[in-house]
Amino acid sequence: MAENLEKAIREICELNGNDHTRMMDIVREVQQRFGRVSSEAMDFIADAVNSHRVEVESVVSFYSFLSEKQKGKFVIRLCNDVIDKMHGVDNVAQAFREELGIDFGESTPDGKFTLEWTACIGMCDQAPAALVNDKMITRLSTDSAREIIKSLKANGDENRLTHLLGDGNNANLLVNSMVNNNIREEGPVIFAKLDAGKALHKALAMSAVEVIKDVKTARLRGRGGAGFPTGMKWEFTRAAEGDEKVVICNADEGEPGTFKDRVVLTERPDLMFEGMTIAGYAIGAQTGVVYLRAEYAYLRAFLESVLADRRNNNLLGNNILGKEGFNFDIRIQMGAGAYICGEETALISSCEGLRGDPKNRPPFPAQKGYLANPTSVNNVETFCCVAQILDKGAGWFAEMGSTGSTGTKLLSISGDCTRPGVYELPFGILVGDMLEKAGAENPYAVQVGGPSGQLIGKADFQRTICYDDVATGGSVMIFNEDRNPLEIAHEFMEFFCEESCGYCTPCRAGNELIKERLEVIMKGEGTPEDLDYLEQLGKTVAVSSRCGLGQTSPNPVLSSLKNFRGEYEKLVKENKDGMQRTFDIHKALATGEELQGRKSVIYAD
Amino acid sequence: MAKPKIATASLAGCFGCHMSLLDIDDRILTLVDLVDFDKSPVDDIKKFTGRCAVGLIEGGCCNEENVHNLQYFRENCDILISVGECAIMGGIPAMRNTIPLKECLDEAYLNGPTVYNPSGNIPGDKELPLILDKVYPCHEVVKMDYHLPGCPPSADLLWEALVALLENKPMDLPYEVIKYD
Repeated sequence: MAENLEKAIREICELNGNDHTRMMDIVREVQQRFGRVSSEAMDFIADAVNSHRVEVESVVSFYSFLSEKQKGKFVIRLCNDVIDKMHGVDNVAQAFREELGIDFGESTPDGKFTLEWTACIGMCDQAPAALVNDKMITRLSTDSAREIIKSLKANGDENRLTHLLGDGNNANLLVNSMVNNNIREEGPVIFAKLDAGKALHKALAMSAVEVIKDVKTARLRGRGGAGFPTGMKWEFTRAAEGDEKVVICNADEGEPGTFKDRVVLTERPDLMFEGMTIAGYAIGAQTGVVYLRAEYAYLRAFLESVLADRRNNNLLGNNILGKEGFNFDIRIQMGAGAYICGEETALISSCEGLRGDPKNRPPFPAQKGYLANPTSVNNVETFCCVAQILDKGAGWFAEMGSTGSTGTKLLSISGDCTRPGVYELPFGILVGDMLEKAGAENPYAVQVGGPSGQLIGKADFQRTICYDDVATGGSVMIFNEDRNPLEIAHEFMEFFCEESCGYCTPCRAGNELIKERLEVIMKGEGTPEDLDYLEQLGKTVAVSSRCGLGQTSPNPVLSSLKNFRGEYEKLVKENKDGMQRTFDIHKALATGEELQGRKSVIYAD
Repeated sequence: MAKPKIATASLAGCFGCHMSLLDIDDRILTLVDLVDFDKSPVDDIKKFTGRCAVGLIEGGCCNEENVHNLQYFRENCDILISVGECAIMGGIPAMRNTIPLKECLDEAYLNGPTVYNPSGNIPGDKELPLILDKVYPCHEVVKMDYHLPGCPPSADLLWEALVALLENKPMDLPYEVIKYD
């Protein structure tokens, strides 16, 4: 066995050029083939790529799709985000437990099945959803959960689980998925038709500087959520020292409640690749990387085929469209299950074959990014906008939306509404109008921008969706009057505690403290001072954390405290005698009484 | 006007913070002019003689007597201050919090290499306070109004804090006073 393992690993490493910066591909392949990356395997890998064992182990232990422990032949990852919970994932989970006789985090003794929880897998519009290996299963019920297990036991093949395929390219043989697009409103940018190569052709007729100028004139801002001006980012990257520049597309759509990139990747990959190629031309890059989240592995073969077509049509490769000296190609880098890798510097770490740790800034990626090369990281949707801007003109784009936020925005809407799905809407639309389009039922609270965004209430429904008012990277979750804002905030805090990379203390410890105190309040043991404590601690975590995760993780608590303060105040009571209600002397004494063999006299009941 | 009263207690601590209080040297004469000491190991008064303005607590809570004492202080003091690392975070005694209580007691009274205990019992005499499942910092048991960090907090820090409190003035905290390395 050991010899086979060593031989297989040498082969895998060889295929990846024995290059330690391709560690992600190597360990993913080992995991897939052997169901684990064993201690032995790590030694072999370190040896083959001339790295240290600890480097390999740090990667394997970091990502949730990699493990040292043996996983079953079928790994079932059930999504436990707040929307899935609203759609009854707990019942589905119970069905899985009963059918397999194991709990989550366990494997069956025969080594066939592993049950795991996972954070949002980008299917909130068709929740509850799960991944069976790479296969996406949506709209689960207790019945379908039982059928899945029966089918896997009988057929031993996850590809035979899906009978009905989804719409559009989901039915493409290379995707072969039951996922539905749920495109509810098509707008003029992302969903408008554009023949492959048309925008690129126009871009190549201009100088690189003119292309950047066009993007700046269109006032395009990053669609991932932060809203940094795209043209400026490109200009910095272009101006930075270094011969080898890099364009990275952030397709690590991990913000819970976001699934718009899933639809773009399924239906508009050509538009995205076109935008990337234009970016490559504009900043003078030869290398493009799409960082695709592990959960979307089912789209990989399809995306590779689109890339192959583009290469055949001279839209990628050398001297693209006859432009002498313009060489650019794109590879797909798979992630391995880590929310933090959506943060651009963590994403770059991951592309380099490291743990998804954020990097210190400065230097910014535009100066020193992927393998120390100047790098521009942009969102999937941003690249699509670029292609349309180059085709239809900066003026056309800038006329749409609001002054500070031009163009349209893809929104992924889910939760308590009759029409969950993807909407392409102009920036500046009222929150209330958006809710009406989605068929929101008695909306009470809306989480805009995912857990790292804001929980807003009715008073804010007259505000507008744009970078300068209610900002969002695309996630909109609707909650009706039966939902409790504190529970929603708590769900998100659990998510952040799980996903914090652990590097800096404010985020690693601070989020745990926020969650703990929130739990005290939810149990009815809190005091009014606890609300001040949460506000202070939240601000401290936001100010002192190292990257965007910790800088935004207190938002669910801070915004719900601001917008739903009444819900908190209902639960807290003044502590008149100064005794902490969270301290239970009888509980604290129980073990001592047992071990010391007597009952307390001071605290007799 | 009668002088305000101060009380002090050492719970699960080492008395180091009290020693640090004595380190204010001759300022103790000024202190006696400013305040009266009520319940405290300094004067060995066991029960509160009346309401106190300030209670200084050294040490966290490791047993039922600590809890009882701390609650007694809370009932009788207007302002309660956690003094030093143990009161604030549990300190050295809280190192046992990562080990189950049974393992701790077994090691101390049954299995330790130097233990002689033919009865095989863990002490349970009613004169001995019962031990808690873990060591609690004071603020988890009662509301604490202020925290003075240090191991121990320096005499200057204690002095500055007390004087500021008694004179109702903001506290002067030069860097040296809250620097710990």
